[in-house]
Amino acid sequence: MVLRVEALRVETRSGAVLVDGVDLELARGEVLGLIGESGAGKSTIGLAALTFARPGCCITGGRIVLKGTDLRMLDADGRSRARGVRVAYVAQSAAAAFNPAMTLLDQVGEGPVRHGLMSRAQARQRAIEAFRALDLPDAEHFGARYPHQVSGGQLQRAMAAMAISCSPDVLVLDEPTTALDVTTQIEMLAHLKKLILLYGTAALYISHDLAVVAQIADRIMVLRHGKTLEVGTATQILTAPRTEYARALVAERKAAGGSSTESSNKPNPDSASGAGVQSDAGSEPASERERGEPLLAIEDLTVRFGDRDVVKAARFTVSKGETVAVVGESGSGKTTLALAICGQVAPHSGTLRLGATRTPLAARYSGRSREELRRIQLVFQLPDVALNPRHTVEAIIGRPATFYFGLRGAALQARVAELLAAVGLDASLAGRLPGQLSGGQKQRVCIARALAAKPDLIICDEVTSALDPLVAEEILKLLRRLQEELGLAYLFITHDLGSVRRISHRAVVMLQGEIVAEGPAAEVFGQPSHPYLIKLLASVPELRVGWLDEILKERGLIK
Amino acid sequence: MRVRPPASALIGAAIVIVMVAAIILAPWIAPYAESQFIGGVWDPPGATSWLGTDNLGRDMLTRLMYGGRNTVGIAAVTTTIAVILGTALGFVAATVGGWVDNILSRCIDILLSIPVLISALMVLSVLGSSVAVLIGTIGILEATRVYLVARAVARGIALQEFVAVARLRGEGLAWIVGREILPNALPPLIAEAGLRFCFVVLFIASLGFLGLGIQPPAADWGSMVRENAQAINFALLAPLYPAAAIAALTIGVNLIVDWLLSIYARPSGHALEL
Repeated sequence: MVLRVEALRVETRSGAVLVDGVDLELARGEVLGLIGESGAGKSTIGLAALTFARPGCCITGGRIVLKGTDLRMLDADGRSRARGVRVAYVAQSAAAAFNPAMTLLDQVGEGPVRHGLMSRAQARQRAIEAFRALDLPDAEHFGARYPHQVSGGQLQRAMAAMAISCSPDVLVLDEPTTALDVTTQIEMLAHLKKLILLYGTAALYISHDLAVVAQIADRIMVLRHGKTLEVGTATQILTAPRTEYARALVAERKAAGGSSTESSNKPNPDSASGAGVQSDAGSEPASERERGEPLLAIEDLTVRFGDRDVVKAARFTVSKGETVAVVGESGSGKTTLALAICGQVAPHSGTLRLGATRTPLAARYSGRSREELRRIQLVFQLPDVALNPRHTVEAIIGRPATFYFGLRGAALQARVAELLAAVGLDASLAGRLPGQLSGGQKQRVCIARALAAKPDLIICDEVTSALDPLVAEEILKLLRRLQEELGLAYLFITHDLGSVRRISHRAVVMLQGEIVAEGPAAEVFGQPSHPYLIKLLASVPELRVGWLDEILKERGLIK
Repeated sequence: MRVRPPASALIGAAIVIVMVAAIILAPWIAPYAESQFIGGVWDPPGATSWLGTDNLGRDMLTRLMYGGRNTVGIAAVTTTIAVILGTALGFVAATVGGWVDNILSRCIDILLSIPVLISALMVLSVLGSSVAVLIGTIGILEATRVYLVARAVARGIALQEFVAVARLRGEGLAWIVGREILPNALPPLIAEAGLRFCFVVLFIASLGFLGLGIQPPAADWGSMVRENAQAINFALLAPLYPAAAIAALTIGVNLIVDWLLSIYARPSGHALEL
């Protein structure tokens, strides 16, 4: 046993229990996946393996035994000698974890030199070795670069090199691929696997994505509210989860998985315009469905930043009551497209036409009429920053009703109550501040605020990607229900193909600013024509053990 | 959840309340009239005059009370002007951006490039030293400092998505500045206002010390330090009384500001707890 944690208990200074009586064991070369929603205590357990607790928190009980020594019994010196050398940590955001003022080599080699394990030259040699193992370009000179000079995926790999620099016994991998695009995620997973094999390290792999964990972990531990719900081999958790919660997680992930998983992929319920689209790729493609009256026409829209076209001659339409998904990886220009549609960014050329009258919209929001602004509303990715932290829920939702429709007093209160009910929030939340709501509740408030304007089109910018899977699922259901009831159209900007398949009627796929595929969702995803789209679809992790190995073999990434 | 203010805040409040009360009630509770001669030069403290007399034989305690009326009164009005003016301009510059921001910021830069005391001396020697000129001059000069803070704070807030939502709703400048930005900018602005008040008190005192502040026979704490400075040579405490008054007020205000800040900085929910 490399690492044994017994009855671990972590509390905040104010007494809230974050981790309650968790036991785990880790053998040499073994990977244990920790899975659960935010607040489940995954990261807290990961950090506790380094006998570290976040500011304001404290490890208050249990033993953390690393190769026979209880780390909690060590003094501060002993603990810092263990950190980085015997247990190392890879964080979710490599960009935030690197010092932007130092070269990568200096940072990757810092650990062994500081701990007195190697000379500077040895550490350098070791870092280059790791860079090479991680397939970083030009490994000899890669370390001379600064963090901003490499891509996100490369930086994340450099961070893995840093973690491995002292040949630790245990690696704590805290959502190392969550911030990456699906295609980059595959590479990162492959490299982590290789690293673990090469160095024979044991690892704790923390993630909220069951399908990702299943590719790398030997065993999986399901956590909720700081307690262990169930532990088992990866196969057992995926195929025969014992607890209710684990079953829900697996079912949700299956629904998001799309074509390759057989079950629980129900077709969309009929939308307001009366045409249901089968989102399952195996089903009949609804080639040209009846489309409602045109709502928004985007005509040859080009957005230029400096001398680079971020969006190149985008052309498609959104009809009344339908959901159009804009899919692409980070940097594909999908968010810029959304910004141009709502007028925050002025396009270089092209026209936007609104409604059946096909009125051209002004390039900037300041040039649009109040009525035009009202008809297009926005819901953002991060509800935390989209809600004014000093306004109550009532004020947030009520303002558009007052602003556009002049509602006041009792009429306003009634409207706020109606909107809260429409998004499934309790009326008692009206007086709360956003800080007192959960992530899912906040996103519901954002949706209610958009609804308050009685819009025709809501632009949803990655609305579910900051939420836990089960909460995200609820939000998608809510959006679909509202569409049926109110005949709303959605422009759904996302990189999450799972949610696209479930909610959209039509899809637009973007690659480096260009639209590479456009049409009914079933057609676009059912018979993908563009090679990029095929690769993208194949990169979405599937919920079965061994999927990654197959993909890697297929692409020749494994020798 | 109501939390009892900490001891430091209570001490600060006590200092400020006692001083302000003494100043306001001066005509009724002061032992003598403002410029009444009651004894010799720099008489030591005694039964007839608790803090002794000043350089002209007037009662020190009485002079402190009346002097405070000028110093604290002018400082309060001036600080209010400086904070409102600086905040309004800073918010508008940050929210509107573009050429509005450029012109405002460059004008402020010009004012900032000249030491405040030099600017004040220039204006006061040209226009003469009256209370109105004093307030106007110091108010504008201190507003430049508030502007810097307000603009920096508002720029950060104006980039947040809830401001984008308000803009895209079609809200006007007044709503965005007053309702979206201001409530979120209060903590640093409260700190700045407290700091400005202290600086203004010192500023007025400096001008008084240089003879360009409140003109005699009216009193203010700064000129009282100057008038009685010679007494130090005779090991007398006379100049230390007005100096202590300035120090006490400054400390008291700062203690209150610290407490206000801790209230606003408190997380509004459980989110920060994890």
